[in-house]
Amino acid sequence: MQTTVIRANSPWWRIPVRELWEYRDLLTLWVKRELTAVYRQTIIGPLWFVIQPLLTTIVFTVIFGTVAKISTDGIPQFIFYMSGTLFWNYFQGVLNQGATSLVSNTNILTKVYFPRLIMPLSGVFVQFAHLALNSLLFLGFYFWYYFRGSAMEPNAWVFFLPLLILQTGLLGLGFGLWVSAATIKYRDLRFALPFLVQLWMYGTPIVYPAKLVVKPILKFVLWLNPMTAVVEFSRYALTGRGSPELWGLGLSWFVTALVLVSGLFLFNKVQRTFVDTI
Amino acid sequence: MSEAAISIHNLSKRYRLGTIGRHTLIDETKYWWHKLRGRDPRKAFEKIGYGATERRRVEAEQAGNQDFWALRDVSFDVQPGEVVGIIGRNGAGKSTLLKILSRITEPTSGEVRIRGRIGSLLEVGTGFHPELTGRENVFMNGTILGMKEREVARKLDEIVAFAELSAFIDTPVKRYSSGMYVRLAFAVAAHLEPEILIVDEVLAVGDAEFQAKCLGRMQDVSKEGRTILFVSHNMAAIQALCSRAVLLRGGECQMIGNVQEITEAYLKTHLPKASHLPINERTDRSGDGSVRFTGYRIRNERNVVINAAQSGETITVELDYERTVMNDQPCFIYFRVASGETRQEKFLCFSRVSHPETLRLGRRGTIRLTIPKLPLLPGRYVVHLFCKVGKTVADELIDGLELFVVDGDFYGTGKLQKISDNSGVLVSHQWEIVNSA
Repeated sequence: MQTTVIRANSPWWRIPVRELWEYRDLLTLWVKRELTAVYRQTIIGPLWFVIQPLLTTIVFTVIFGTVAKISTDGIPQFIFYMSGTLFWNYFQGVLNQGATSLVSNTNILTKVYFPRLIMPLSGVFVQFAHLALNSLLFLGFYFWYYFRGSAMEPNAWVFFLPLLILQTGLLGLGFGLWVSAATIKYRDLRFALPFLVQLWMYGTPIVYPAKLVVKPILKFVLWLNPMTAVVEFSRYALTGRGSPELWGLGLSWFVTALVLVSGLFLFNKVQRTFVDTI
Repeated sequence: MSEAAISIHNLSKRYRLGTIGRHTLIDETKYWWHKLRGRDPRKAFEKIGYGATERRRVEAEQAGNQDFWALRDVSFDVQPGEVVGIIGRNGAGKSTLLKILSRITEPTSGEVRIRGRIGSLLEVGTGFHPELTGRENVFMNGTILGMKEREVARKLDEIVAFAELSAFIDTPVKRYSSGMYVRLAFAVAAHLEPEILIVDEVLAVGDAEFQAKCLGRMQDVSKEGRTILFVSHNMAAIQALCSRAVLLRGGECQMIGNVQEITEAYLKTHLPKASHLPINERTDRSGDGSVRFTGYRIRNERNVVINAAQSGETITVELDYERTVMNDQPCFIYFRVASGETRQEKFLCFSRVSHPETLRLGRRGTIRLTIPKLPLLPGRYVVHLFCKVGKTVADELIDGLELFVVDGDFYGTGKLQKISDNSGVLVSHQWEIVNSA
């Protein structure tokens, strides 16, 4: 018979991995719920999630490509902006969902126990579904440009793309955990987050190629942003252009691991008593 | 003796003052502003409808304490198969205890050992999503409560049958009536099969028939040899279900023992003496305060203010009120009479259903409620009173006022019904014999 021991100050470093596995059905259903409930009573349903990045891409193309004439490194503008947006939206989606997971589900979390990590974790999967949908659209455009003879040379790095996607998800999760833990104490963060994420996007080579940043110190700062490597390497894999820096990729992995692990521990510490302060 | 199913050892929970309740700068400022002006900060927070624990917390802070103990050194064991009731007034620590046992929050010190799979029901329908169908919600709710998807699938037919909703199971729950919603939610909960079940006052939902069904289901569960921990204000339900009870007071465990002894002790010492404090000075109320009851009187047929009413006489209850927020929202008054001893409900006067028009409350005035032929047997009764403005509760007093009833000639026959007849309430009726031969 299973024995549960409830004690004060359960260790913050003990992530309930086995329990998470026992609750996997809840994770599946929660992901399903998040995916389907939103589209009920809408006419075009999940298509909304395709239209939004498409519009972003068009806006970027008009403003940064046509009006501001920022270089896209010889890559068709549409592909350049859309590939960046794809990854950025995934990252931002996971981050947002993770960040609000505790506060927006208070009514459930104060009434029943399950491993709290389920909530932010579900974001990784829900947003992945959106990413998959958007990738289909992207691939359509990609092949269209490719067969029209645009200068794009996909290379062996494409096999590396799944790993980059995984990294994006984990990075979003890591930051999401940090923010959700901090939001418990400082509600202000909820309002600051959208603004900070927006700023962060401009600190990532999405509307400009990383190549444009040449000053060593700025370049280091740019690559310290773990999303830089993700965007830059995925673009390189698909088009053969850009400035993939291997040291930058290593650095980005290091930062990702650091953020994720510390985020997990922090979240695990906070979730023990967060209902007292929420 | 076998090993205990739940053993609680020196369990305490402390809240640091100033860390709960006020999360925003505005709340914080408001609190200090009230203190600075020498006002009672409780007043400001009552209006937002803070819970019982919060009130005790604020009291502790005013007494100059740094900490507030919601639970202190609580220890008791529950044997496998036992049904134990937890009794205590609002703010005695019942909810905190349940939250710790259900692992929603951690204790500050002490230890709990639970042997067996635990299921806790602090609410029915947790995780229900209005857009999803009944079926989808059953799966969602079931897995949130700790079931596997397979288990839910296996029990789905049973659950739907219990809820009596087979025709609507593929309809989004937002189209359900509140009764259907609660029935479905309880049905899922009732089919959890944990070895230990922790139940908060979820039985206080649904119509009487469904409540009886739920109570029956709980009795079945306990007969199957499962351990149940049950928190309720309903003494009748506690007595019907539990073999032992624990009495909490001010976060401490005051008595443990036979359910009869404990409920009696609770009813003797813990019932608030409703009439001893003028109604406008009482703090055991909730609601946003836009309407407040400020006083009451009970008059008899001859318009004389009385202390005790007679069975069968016409009484008029006058409720004085003050209203601070004027708007077009309809007001409703809810006046529910329950036995002062067992808390069993006797009857309800609810203006929304019994008054043809909505009540128009002014800034200040008196609401007169006339009850012809008072149908109560002699005894002490308490009235649960609240006023709703639109959808929000403006003022609520669980033990709003006390009502004493003495013998009266209800039937006009010169004979009295005895309390020991267990008649519930008195109703007018006629007998007639039609002899055919």
